[in-house]
Amino acid sequence: MSGRAWKFGDDISTDLIAAGRYAYLRTNMPELTKHVLEDARDEFRGAVKPGDFVVGGRNFGLGSSREHAPTIIKMAGVSCVAAKSFARIFFRNCINIGLPAVRVDTDRIDEGDELELDLRGGVLRDITKGIELEFPPMPAVMTDILEAGGLVPYLKKNKGFVL
Amino acid sequence: MPQTLAEKLISMHAGKDVKAGKLTVVKVDFAYMQDWTGPLTVDKIHELGGALAKDPNRAAVFIDHASPSSFKEVSTGHIKLREYAKASGCRIFDIGEGVSHLVLGEKVTKPGMLMIGADSHTCQGGSFGAFCTGMGSTDVAAAISTGETWMLCPEAVRVIVSGRLQPGVYAKDVILHLIGRIGADGATYQSLEFMGDTIDGMTQTGRVTISSMAVEAGAKCGLFASDDHTRDWLREHGREGDYTEITHDPDARYVRTIEIDAARLEPMVSFPHTVDNTREITHEDCKDVPVQQCYLGSTTNGYYEDFAAAAAILKGKHIAPGTRLVITPGTKTVYRKMMETGLFEVFLDAGGVINSPGCGACPGSHTGILGDGENCVASINRNFKARMGNPNAFVYLASPATVAASAIAGRLADPRRHI
Repeated sequence: MSGRAWKFGDDISTDLIAAGRYAYLRTNMPELTKHVLEDARDEFRGAVKPGDFVVGGRNFGLGSSREHAPTIIKMAGVSCVAAKSFARIFFRNCINIGLPAVRVDTDRIDEGDELELDLRGGVLRDITKGIELEFPPMPAVMTDILEAGGLVPYLKKNKGFVL
Repeated sequence: MPQTLAEKLISMHAGKDVKAGKLTVVKVDFAYMQDWTGPLTVDKIHELGGALAKDPNRAAVFIDHASPSSFKEVSTGHIKLREYAKASGCRIFDIGEGVSHLVLGEKVTKPGMLMIGADSHTCQGGSFGAFCTGMGSTDVAAAISTGETWMLCPEAVRVIVSGRLQPGVYAKDVILHLIGRIGADGATYQSLEFMGDTIDGMTQTGRVTISSMAVEAGAKCGLFASDDHTRDWLREHGREGDYTEITHDPDARYVRTIEIDAARLEPMVSFPHTVDNTREITHEDCKDVPVQQCYLGSTTNGYYEDFAAAAAILKGKHIAPGTRLVITPGTKTVYRKMMETGLFEVFLDAGGVINSPGCGACPGSHTGILGDGENCVASINRNFKARMGNPNAFVYLASPATVAASAIAGRLADPRRHI
């Protein structure tokens, strides 16, 4: 997986990703996707390309449990969210829908850098800068869910939770 | 092995002793969805292709976020939820019943339970000595369909609150102070466990306020031991038989201890746009902040006692010109009691408007969306940009008493001058 970095700051809430005023679009995800991250960086939604990375600061995805937030980031074509830290529910939702979310020191990444993710290897490469950012390995259950493509296919395959 | 409340409650549902930091599969006593997360949850239940509900008595649907609906698309989502409830046999709490967590607090939540909800403020149930945490639609779908979920047993932080709160200072001020101190990610993935003599003397309603906002510090849950206050609440709601005693063990391992001197706390305000951006009401920054809208309600301050605190200040007074006061009772039970005890009269005489029970304006889709450039002081739990429906507006968080005092002044104001 590789793509360009879109930089965001600290405390990007799920309200900034999928605003409450568009709640009426939650049963129409393609339309809701047109408003992804609108209140954080309005230009993102029109210019994001398949494979791009969302790169945040601290506490990415705080707030509401709305799974629509990571879902529309994924539907916009984003291949991975990288941040210094994640809010708990958002992180879990990313895994459940099959969107890789990795914790790295994002200060070293600049807007537009070419990035590449090696999930199993635990490395995010900044190809533009020629650096490797390591992240701690996830618990096996999380990697298994991600690799199955999300919790629904995982449960269908395993007939339950396997720890 | 001595256990924290989180370890104890998770162990009870894992069927084995589970220590902080360990992953485990747990039995889920109750799982629920609301109308903003529910249609997606129902889709996921169907995608899973298993049971619509493993045990329909352990699942519920709430229509509280758009209650009643203001958009045809949302109304169509409501139809999906009603059809799911009918097909699965689970309970549905339709428009006007109230906010999911508050309704559950009246009817279902009890010490020793493990609950998950497709709503981040599910952590509110921790006030009953129950392990309650918010998850996404897919997790809740899996829990409803299989009766289980997986969980990381969280490390626990002990929050010891001691001393007597001054008149005019409330549970809301305690939790805003804590979040201001430790930050919006100060307890990420952790269990906040509240204790100390201030907590021992605190009513169930105050504990609900605190536990509901545990997530605003990033916590997985905000837990309280059950005690006589829990029992009193259950008795008042016709469920004394649901009481059991749950407490942490004396030598349980806490990764951190935070002490709060309650007697020194002042009324607190969170400034836009983060919950941890707090000030004491006496701070210079609070001196001249005009408020166009004052809002009472939300899952955090939606029980009767919250509205009574505001009404005590507003009785016989009127809100300032140029200010509006919007009131959303948390549940139908609260709504009825407010009506019967004269609170409606106080609010109406003061110039307020009373909406139907539910989440109201808090999540930002109806019944009180702010205009461009407007300020709102609200007894809600979040002040993120765009939270109350407009990215060009500003939300200040405070206790119901501070909201009431501010409505009278037309700007942020200290409730202690009225007490």
